[in-house]
Amino acid sequence: MAENKVPVLETKKLGINFGGLKAVSDFNIQIYEGELRGLIGPNGAGKTTVFNMLTGVYEPTEGTVLLNGVPLNGKKTHQFVAAGIARTFQNIRLFGQMSVIENVKVAFTKDVKYNLLDASLRTRKFWKAEREMTDKAMELLSIFGLEDAAELPASSLPYGRQRKLEIARALATDMKVLLLDEPAAGMNPTETAELLDCINTIRNRFGIAILLIEHDMSLVMNVCERIKVIDYGVTIADGLPEEIASNPRVIAAYLGE
Amino acid sequence: MKNNKTARSYLVNTLVIAAAFILFQVLTGLFGSEGDFKLVLVPSLWQCCYLILLAASLNLVLGFLGQLSLGHCGFMAIGAYTAALISLACERAGVFTDKAGLVYILIIFGCIIAAGLLAAVTGLLVGIPALRLKGDYLAIITLGFGMIIVNVINNLPFCGQDGLSQGSAAASLYKTGLGFGSKAKVTYLWIALVVTILCLTLMFMFVRSKYGRAIRAIKDDEIAASASGINVSSYKVLTFTYSAFFAGVAGALYACANSSLSTSSFAFTNAGILNSTFVVVMVVLGGMGSLTGSIVAAVIMFFVNYQIANGSWVAALPPFLNGVFKYPMLVYAVVLVIVIIFRPRGIFGTYEFSLTRLPEDVKKARARRAAAKAERKEAVSHG
Ligand SMILES: Nc1ncnc2c1ncn2[C@@H]1O[C@H](COP(=O)(O)OP(=O)(O)O)[C@@H](O)[C@H]1O
Ligand SMILES: [Mg+2]
Repeated sequence: MAENKVPVLETKKLGINFGGLKAVSDFNIQIYEGELRGLIGPNGAGKTTVFNMLTGVYEPTEGTVLLNGVPLNGKKTHQFVAAGIARTFQNIRLFGQMSVIENVKVAFTKDVKYNLLDASLRTRKFWKAEREMTDKAMELLSIFGLEDAAELPASSLPYGRQRKLEIARALATDMKVLLLDEPAAGMNPTETAELLDCINTIRNRFGIAILLIEHDMSLVMNVCERIKVIDYGVTIADGLPEEIASNPRVIAAYLGE
Repeated sequence: MKNNKTARSYLVNTLVIAAAFILFQVLTGLFGSEGDFKLVLVPSLWQCCYLILLAASLNLVLGFLGQLSLGHCGFMAIGAYTAALISLACERAGVFTDKAGLVYILIIFGCIIAAGLLAAVTGLLVGIPALRLKGDYLAIITLGFGMIIVNVINNLPFCGQDGLSQGSAAASLYKTGLGFGSKAKVTYLWIALVVTILCLTLMFMFVRSKYGRAIRAIKDDEIAASASGINVSSYKVLTFTYSAFFAGVAGALYACANSSLSTSSFAFTNAGILNSTFVVVMVVLGGMGSLTGSIVAAVIMFFVNYQIANGSWVAALPPFLNGVFKYPMLVYAVVLVIVIIFRPRGIFGTYEFSLTRLPEDVKKARARRAAAKAERKEAVSHG
């Protein structure tokens, strides 16, 4: 990739301690526009913790997160989202009582221009914004084949579709970097294949950078350009899929020494 | 297509409300000066109006945002005292001399708006620190703030025990100021109705906009909401403030409907209807997340309260049962327990009653019931 460009997402010496436990240390990554990166590692390696630091859920005890070169130290989660980092969760977190389309619309909220007065008086601006939101939400849902379920409660969707809805919701925040935390967890092979299709579609369509956490190595091997491997919070390898697959340290980590 | 539907439902609602309002005005004109209408029905309607506003506004915080606040009556107290004091000041300054005419009506509306605004400002000031807490902690701190507000009012020289609450000022609230007598209550009932309808409309518009979506999302999952770009704390404070505004308006209506104010009526220990737990019972009964549910529940709880206080059957009960009704809070607690056991999500749940969707909803409910019945039959035949 264009190495002279500023990376969309960059971390410098990112690390965090929980009490005495060093969950992640010296985590450095640079992701460029349009790139699909993999982050793998055994259970408990610290992958989700990295995501939590990249989205302001946890405040890192050391290091910085930079988006397009701008540091995001001390910002809150919604400010990370406003800056352009969106994520999904390992254990799906949808707004279960709300309808599928509302789940997506919630993510538009930060960009909606109308104010309380517009909403109270139902001005033209209000209707226009709401109509645009509905259209955009339906468009997103159709990418994931969810348009027929738009009015159903999100919690009534089967597992695989809930995963997709969560990605659709993340996309609705109009982000530059998308963080996917084990999106294929608990899916059968057909669902996984479908999901990978979706990921490729959105990548081509939106030209965003994606960082994908996966527990299952074989899956990332097929889709990611570069892969980073962490174990016990420490980076043990970073490179092309074939390099990773033959790296003895990675093999050792996965086989459990 | 969908837009047409919305427009149609707005039109239908407006027409029905307008028709009901006109019908009511005609009835008032016909029976206004007569016994029960004047002495029972109209005061009851005043009470229902402010109870509805209280329940619906707390529902924004409790039902839609999902935060337990126990200090709602504090905001109502602020509204009541603001309205009463402003009206008194106007009267003493000679802005109006008799309780009639356009100027007087304008002052009433001015008082109501001022009451809402001051309550909202207090809501903002309380909400900013309090809403950092969650769950039981938030409940306790709002309970505390509610008590503090009432105590502060009580100790202000011009509205506490030496001021509005007792002594000459209380009497003058009735004779002058706001404080309607039973005749004025009939004459100005339309104000209570119009204000209630307007406020409910505003709350509906709030709930059915990006604000409503955002706060329901926060209720469902705060972390997911902030990961979707929602500024959780500012939406919480906004909702709390907005809700306090309507509690203040409810307080102003209360000030109109009562000849004197006493801070003890807003205190947490008050056994009557104006304490924050009673408001919580109304919201839970109606359904957390249903404004129409709050309206229905407010009317029901008004009846329960009215029967406890005035029902002749209560006196006819055997003494050991009768005694229970001396402690209305006990009855409300029983009501709450019954609701939780038999209908944990309240009467309406999150369902909103809608005139235009009624046929559709009835059909759906029938289908659901039939399906449930069929399922039970199936289970029986298999078992
Ligand atoms: N909030 C927390 N408090 C204490 N320890 C935590 C916290 N979050 C994560 N950890 C610890 O950090 C380590 C990494 O966890 P995690 O990032 O969830 O792993 P994974 O790679 O499976 O996603 C684990 O040992 C976990 O127990
Ligand atoms: Mg994880």
